[in-house]
Amino acid sequence: MELFDVLIIGGGVVGSAIARQLSRYRLKIGVLEKNLDVCYETSGRNTGVCHGGFAYDPGSLKARLCVKGNQMMGDLAEELDFSFKRCGKVLVGFTDEERARLHEVMEQGEKNGVKHLSIIEKERLRELVPTVEGEFAMYSPDSGILDPFMMTIALAENAHQNGVSYFLDNEVVGIHREEDDTWTVSTKHGELNASGASTYHTRWVINAAGLGCGVISDMLGLTGNRIIGSKDDYIILDNRLSKLVPMPIYTVPSNTYMGIHVSVTTDGNVLLGPTAEDTEDLHWYGVAQKNLDYLYEEATKIWPHVNRGDYIRTYTGILPKWIDENGKIQDFKIEIVDDVAPHAVNLVGIESPGLTASVAIADYVIELMKEHMDLLENPGFVPVRTGIKKFAEMSEEEQAECIRRNPDYGELICRCQKVTKAEILEAVRNPLGVHTMVGVKYRTRSMMGRCQGGYCQMRIAELLEKEYGIRETELEYNRQGSQLFFGTVR
Amino acid sequence: MSEEIKNIDVLIVGGGPAGLSAAVELWKKGVRDILIVEREKHLGGILRQCIHDGFGLTRFGVTLSGPEYAGRFISEVRELGIPYIVNAAVTNVTGDRLVTVVTPGGLLRYQAKAVVLTMGCRERTRGALAIPGERPSGVFTAGVAQAYINLYNKMPAKEVVILGSGDIGMIMARRLTLEGAHVKAVYEVQPYPSGLPRNIEQCLNDYNIPLYLSHTVTEIHGDRRLKGVTVSKVDEKFRPIPGTEEYVECDTLILSVGLLPENELSIDAGVVLDKRTRGAVVDEHYQTSVPGIFAAGNVLHVHDLVDFVSMEAEQLADHVARFISEGSLSECDVKLNYDGNINHTIPQKVSGDEKFRLSLRVSHPMKDVKIVVMQDGRELASRKMKKALPAEMVQLDVEGVKSGAGDLQVCVV
Repeated sequence: MELFDVLIIGGGVVGSAIARQLSRYRLKIGVLEKNLDVCYETSGRNTGVCHGGFAYDPGSLKARLCVKGNQMMGDLAEELDFSFKRCGKVLVGFTDEERARLHEVMEQGEKNGVKHLSIIEKERLRELVPTVEGEFAMYSPDSGILDPFMMTIALAENAHQNGVSYFLDNEVVGIHREEDDTWTVSTKHGELNASGASTYHTRWVINAAGLGCGVISDMLGLTGNRIIGSKDDYIILDNRLSKLVPMPIYTVPSNTYMGIHVSVTTDGNVLLGPTAEDTEDLHWYGVAQKNLDYLYEEATKIWPHVNRGDYIRTYTGILPKWIDENGKIQDFKIEIVDDVAPHAVNLVGIESPGLTASVAIADYVIELMKEHMDLLENPGFVPVRTGIKKFAEMSEEEQAECIRRNPDYGELICRCQKVTKAEILEAVRNPLGVHTMVGVKYRTRSMMGRCQGGYCQMRIAELLEKEYGIRETELEYNRQGSQLFFGTVR
Repeated sequence: MSEEIKNIDVLIVGGGPAGLSAAVELWKKGVRDILIVEREKHLGGILRQCIHDGFGLTRFGVTLSGPEYAGRFISEVRELGIPYIVNAAVTNVTGDRLVTVVTPGGLLRYQAKAVVLTMGCRERTRGALAIPGERPSGVFTAGVAQAYINLYNKMPAKEVVILGSGDIGMIMARRLTLEGAHVKAVYEVQPYPSGLPRNIEQCLNDYNIPLYLSHTVTEIHGDRRLKGVTVSKVDEKFRPIPGTEEYVECDTLILSVGLLPENELSIDAGVVLDKRTRGAVVDEHYQTSVPGIFAAGNVLHVHDLVDFVSMEAEQLADHVARFISEGSLSECDVKLNYDGNINHTIPQKVSGDEKFRLSLRVSHPMKDVKIVVMQDGRELASRKMKKALPAEMVQLDVEGVKSGAGDLQVCVV
């Protein structure tokens, strides 16, 4: 059996960031991902905000790694070609109490190393965000928004480009420490009805399992971590409203809860959320009617333009929170415990701001590993990854030129998001070999618009079947067992 | 920009029934410098997937399938030699009628004297309704399921629940049954059906598919493929009644919960929309708030019969032909107002110079009513109806409007 130097469990934004940063060294690296794509759980189910780092306890890993991650984001987005906008963010308040709290948040932010924070009054607030409610605000110009799907995919693709192997549809079911201090990791395929099993052999294991961090931690022998979920429901609004939300609008936060916000995605869709309910169930992604009503009411208080006619979708994300015996939410835990699990990096409770901090987390993990081993630079490392060129974002001149070079750019498949056949085909032929409908959706934004794939999904299904030579019954929507069709008609 | 801008008299956005009818009529009126731009690979629009019959009774006096109905117009377009391009998507229309078209052959640009908007409509989705629950696969709008079955030869369903009694939903209940699926029930949130009575008879009753009024889906279950839905009774304000929840096992939920005129291009062109129809505000010439931009068919207001779509587009074509030859059309400053029994009217304003056709829908079912059009207390037109249903569009021809006088009142007495 081939021996890996490092196996990373979990291909979300943190696992893929670790894979990408580790691929700077001469290592044989593999990533085990239980889903059929890399950002199906928490990494793809969040607000997509690049946080400043002011809302965490000074000195905590959350504060340090968030601030560092925020500062790195501009260069990273450029290197890896994913959408990121340092558009700023406002935290709006109404009462004296909230004003006092915002001052605390600002001081804390300054302690954490966050730059350019200020308290602004109503007039300045309205200049920045004309549609907002609120008497005053804390303004963080260094905060921003990013495309969480493409950030994760870009990290994974760049890691792959640099030699990392991705094993999708591999859920880890057992980890065994051998006598020679290597690890054997067993996985099953087909998540629901195990359709096979595999075994991997490695020197190092990294637990970047996100919501599965507790389960994997237990398998490593690092027991006793209490994990609960914070379940966040969101409503997505039509991107026609993007002009009304030039930057995320937040309420006054505590150090463990960000509050309801009205945000905007890099594609221009307005988001209302999250609800933040504690849950023991880390798998149920359902939205309740009462939460939808609550989001409507709360979001309306800070942004009075919520109209149910603009809803296009709802979604839920679950954040894994590490809590103590009293239920208090803890910092990120990133550890190597030599006497229990040598050559294993254990990451527990990587919740928000894990997306912002992901590459900083990866660098921190590598620093810890360096205390135990020498890492040799990989001279062939390529830091740059090129994404799919977006037709919708080109000028008419560029569009015309693109069509001249490749007529598939002249065939519009998704009308709402203006995604062409050329882009869909490039997504279908993605380097990780993902061939679900949602895989194409994340990579192109097709089916994400107001008609929700009403016009384009049939064409995309056909292209996937043709390119991969699969039958219609084999086509999965997103997860194992999410088939779209039961057969042919004729 | 290396591509030249071509001048053209009339550019028609969309080669569905409205666009085809408008083109044929324009040609017959002598307007020949026209072009139909269709984004699909074939002309015909949504009719291509409507393989059931029932089309054409009003327009042609015979009942045809969707492709047959469209085929009549497509043949005429071909015989007359009316120019059209397919696989060509209009991506922008400016208020000055500069039109950008994306095709595999290149990016085309046209400066049109008149633009005819005939983009049709799209379906309201699960996300737009914000139905609570999980997001498994197996939740389809009726039109998507219809396209999969009739155009793409893929069977998306076995055990089916249908939400909404729109016409396409009922037609799909029958279609799915004929293809071997089991349609358990149709649930409708309103206390009355939203589709045509003939479809309830021919698509539900004939196949013993129950229709539950004042019911809706209140939760969707399944983290991969749909496993079931929770259905609840609703009160008169459409709020689910606690305690009435019932779990229905199914692998497919078909939504037939409304159609929305597809006006993205219109909005970008600066066209003012009506909040009720979600289509353009038009005058009796089907001219929108932007001079030279006209709209008809489902992009203007959702029709129940394609025959009326064609007839509306033909009327539009008469006015566009006059607009092309005369350069402008008469001012329309007489507004149409209506009472609470009327949901909307088309047009929303008229000139008073000529006879016009008024289309409207009532806002709730009524019996033994008279719909009256008045100006300054004068009755101009009326229609007595034994039954008036929101599902059925009502049309009246109105004459004798005085320009410069009071607004028109449309009311139910």
